[in-house]
Amino acid sequence: MDIQLKRGLLDICVLAAIKNEDSYGYNIIKKIKPYVEISESTLYPILRRLESAQMLTVKSVEHNGRLRKYYSITPLGTERIEEFKSEWQEIMSVYRFITKEDNSDEQE
Amino acid sequence: MNKSDFLSELRRGLGCLPEEDIEKSVDFYAEMIDDKMEEGLTEEEAVAEAGSVDEISAQIIAEIPLTRLVKARVKPKRALKAWEIVLIAAGSPIWLSLLVAAAVTVVSVYASLWAVIVSLYAVVLSFGAGGLAGIVGAAACPFLSNGNAAAAVMSLGAGLICAGLAVLSYLGCFEITKGMIVLTKKALCALRSAVIGKEERK
Repeated sequence: MDIQLKRGLLDICVLAAIKNEDSYGYNIIKKIKPYVEISESTLYPILRRLESAQMLTVKSVEHNGRLRKYYSITPLGTERIEEFKSEWQEIMSVYRFITKEDNSDEQE
Repeated sequence: MNKSDFLSELRRGLGCLPEEDIEKSVDFYAEMIDDKMEEGLTEEEAVAEAGSVDEISAQIIAEIPLTRLVKARVKPKRALKAWEIVLIAAGSPIWLSLLVAAAVTVVSVYASLWAVIVSLYAVVLSFGAGGLAGIVGAAACPFLSNGNAAAAVMSLGAGLICAGLAVLSYLGCFEITKGMIVLTKKALCALRSAVIGKEERK
């Protein structure tokens, strides 16, 4: 997949992975992996980026005697997912145009 | 490679970043390895899955805005320790007087440079005066009782030479003065940026 496209998609995937419940790094990877290839070195910059864009917040939770960071989505993050969905509608209509068998003018 | 080797290598790889960014990155990878080990992977496997330290650190550094990187380089890595402050305070009779001496030296060198320029202008002025005197003397010769043509010509020649030298040396002095002013401006700029840099570091 095109790197730019994948980068944009992964941001949304990470937001989607935490949209229903807070989650931690490794769990986010496990959720996304069946759909898009993602590794921790890819995830880390995305989390930082989304955090500075205030689309998610981080809190440390104790787990097995160590701290684990949990990420929760913010209203801004939810908004970003909705925005993506509507953008995707446009992309889909372009896709239909591209793949249409016959795109000659209908009047002709 | 085990976990602690991996993390300390990562820390080294991120050495140019602000401390806060290094901590966050190292924490993230530590947590990731711990989580994988909880899932049943061995320490070695969990570390191997993380990838190479070089790639990881390059990726992290690439994502951090340049302004943060620059700040990290300017900022000192740590605050002064108590004993260092004590040492600075106790040593102040020595370093403060040395600093003052250095400052005074710089100022006096600067002042003497201007003094040289002023004396060069004095030379210009004296050439000018000599030239004027020679020409006036030559013009006055016919009216003097003991004047003769040869003396008048010599006086005129000397006067013209002096006047010529005055013009030439004036041009030279003017260039030197201009250079000195440019140099002063540059020195002030350097001083200002050094002081501002220090303020940012606080």
